[in-house]
Amino acid sequence: MDAEASVVAPASLEVGDVVDDFRLDAVAHRGGMATLWHVSRLVAVEGDPPLLMKVPRVRGGEDPAAIVGFEVEQMIMPTLAGPHVPRFVATGDFTHVPYIVMERIDGASLRERFDAAPLAIDQVARIGAKVATALHDLHRQRVIHLDVKPSNIVFRRGDDGSEGDAVLIDFGLSHHDLLPDLLKEEFDLPMGTSPYMSPEQVRFVRNDPRSDLFSTGVMLYHLTTGARPFGMPSSVHGLRRRLYRDPVAPRTLRPDCPPWLQEILLRCLEVRPEKRYQAASQLAFDLLHPDQVALTKRATRIGSGSTVRTVKRWFASLAERDELTGGVAGAAARSPIVLAAVDVAGAEPALLESVREAALRLLKSEPGARLACLAVMRIHRIGIDDLLEPDGTSRHVKLLVGLRHWSRPLLHAFAGVAHGGDAASRITVHVLEATDPATAIVEYARRNQVDHIVLGARSSGRLRRHLGSVSARVAAEADCTVTVVRANDGER
Amino acid sequence: MKLALVADLHANREAVGAVLAHAATQGAERYVFLGDYVGYGADPAWVVDRLREHVAAGAVAVIGNHDAAVVQGPQPSMVADARAVVEWTRSRLDRDQLAFLAKLPLTETLGDALFVHANAWAPGEWAYLVGRGEAMRSLLATDRRFTFCGHVHVPMLYHLSSTGKAGDFAPAPGVAIPLSAHRRWLAIAGSAGQPRDGDPAACYAMFDSDDRVLTFFRVPYDHEAAAAKVRAAKLPATLAQRLGGGR
Repeated sequence: MDAEASVVAPASLEVGDVVDDFRLDAVAHRGGMATLWHVSRLVAVEGDPPLLMKVPRVRGGEDPAAIVGFEVEQMIMPTLAGPHVPRFVATGDFTHVPYIVMERIDGASLRERFDAAPLAIDQVARIGAKVATALHDLHRQRVIHLDVKPSNIVFRRGDDGSEGDAVLIDFGLSHHDLLPDLLKEEFDLPMGTSPYMSPEQVRFVRNDPRSDLFSTGVMLYHLTTGARPFGMPSSVHGLRRRLYRDPVAPRTLRPDCPPWLQEILLRCLEVRPEKRYQAASQLAFDLLHPDQVALTKRATRIGSGSTVRTVKRWFASLAERDELTGGVAGAAARSPIVLAAVDVAGAEPALLESVREAALRLLKSEPGARLACLAVMRIHRIGIDDLLEPDGTSRHVKLLVGLRHWSRPLLHAFAGVAHGGDAASRITVHVLEATDPATAIVEYARRNQVDHIVLGARSSGRLRRHLGSVSARVAAEADCTVTVVRANDGER
Repeated sequence: MKLALVADLHANREAVGAVLAHAATQGAERYVFLGDYVGYGADPAWVVDRLREHVAAGAVAVIGNHDAAVVQGPQPSMVADARAVVEWTRSRLDRDQLAFLAKLPLTETLGDALFVHANAWAPGEWAYLVGRGEAMRSLLATDRRFTFCGHVHVPMLYHLSSTGKAGDFAPAPGVAIPLSAHRRWLAIAGSAGQPRDGDPAACYAMFDSDDRVLTFFRVPYDHEAAAAKVRAAKLPATLAQRLGGGR
């Protein structure tokens, strides 16, 4: 077949056309950037959800926004999983028909709820908690959405027709922490949807997950008061106003808005990300537990903040920083010893990373700390051990090399916070040869006055039963604090 | 097909051995060597022999500036250290090994990919490719969508959109990066034998040419043993020191 003849211009697709493994059944939606089709597989695949095909409107490559946005979505969607995103099914590239096939979410869009705003307070909280939970799951997968708005949130429909989990759709403006950001270089204007864009996005910053919490705050403010906190600006100048102007306090617009909800909304809408919630899970927690919300001056604010207030806020934030410096200096007097027991040869990469993250957190919170990294080389009680790998390298050396490799990122990170002496002298690596790893770790800790042991635990029950749990024995037998870490791989 | 992309091996037997073993466990189906097999390290003959075996089995290999210098012999324009290393390396290679290096091409292509040691605009002049401007210059000098090179010793991924906007990206090890078919890409595979980005672990990349997915890997190896051999060979001491710091 002539390859050129098979190239189909997206605009000419019609019902009944076949694209790769899919037949186009009906148009679901025609938008400015893309057309959505209901599609079905030519050969049914068991377990397939109902399918939706997204085809970008690309005509001769003249619309960079549509092309790059689609490239971004093609790159990011296959990396995502879980109930809070549409399941990714297939993708086709620009050389033929560009498309993404994904799960069709049949529930209602959050957009529909805005016609009824203001909503009852408990409904606002319930919607907010669902959106925040979905965002936390996305952020955990290292993706920032950056276009959180009502039309990009859909609710799954429960079996009984009730409103289920929130699902985030449209990743055309998203940023993945570990993948190239194709949008960063492409455009000279802030990217996003103007009412919902965070101050950072206005400033071209695309790598802060707290941007999504600002956008969530805009939506919840609108659902609470019936008005958008920053209107719907159509110019960059209008967009920039949110960098220095506070929104009108929700209670001024809706007197029955409880203080805890005003606290949450205004905290989401803080100009500086460090004054917002630091994680979507914290926002979800507050929305689910209104009686636990710590109220500040935000809760009782009336009207709109002034420029003077903004300046005051800026000074207040400087003082805050000084206080933190004092705290760090005070802590430097203490020099705890942290022992990281690392199974570099046997543990899964995700677990090794989790142990490293736990160790790093401890180092950062205790700038005077020393870290001893320990690997145990298991030898047999009876008989002669093979101390060489099949290729002739020493097992001991291999463990040492692996342990150093594991600890290297800590060295770099620790260099930034360590007090007195260089970071290298505060991180040490040790390989012990022992018949029983748990006893060796406990003994080592006792001998060296270790304050805190960090070690990983296998997640697979079968393996654990077979090999016995080192972490459980260390936790039971050690004299000091023990942190048992599990892999944070989202498989649970 | 899964292509293992290995650059700047620099006569480092420990690092090259670790990289080839790792690539095999990752399912490499074909090997592409991006130049600089010798120079700096203490095992030029071993590395060239591995290279010859792989090329005989279908691997692609292009020549690097160090290989060209060793083939050519010491030149008056070289600094003293470089001249010493070139002389020492020549003394360790036999006539067949030198002849093999001399015959390596400056560039190779495979489907939509170009392989070259330094850059595509003047492969034999060995200019370093640092920054988007030079990445764009190189991408515009070839009709291939993907360019793979070495020479800089720091892993990097550049891309050029259909509207002519170039971007750069410092890849994280072990992360599969899908390369969109709608733009051009230039990857610097990092250095197997002498990393210079602060991480002493050997670096290489794997490209799945069917799915267009690129993954950079870091492989820890016994760099102390490699450094000890450099010292034992009485090569300049800095060449041993830099292996431990990855500088």
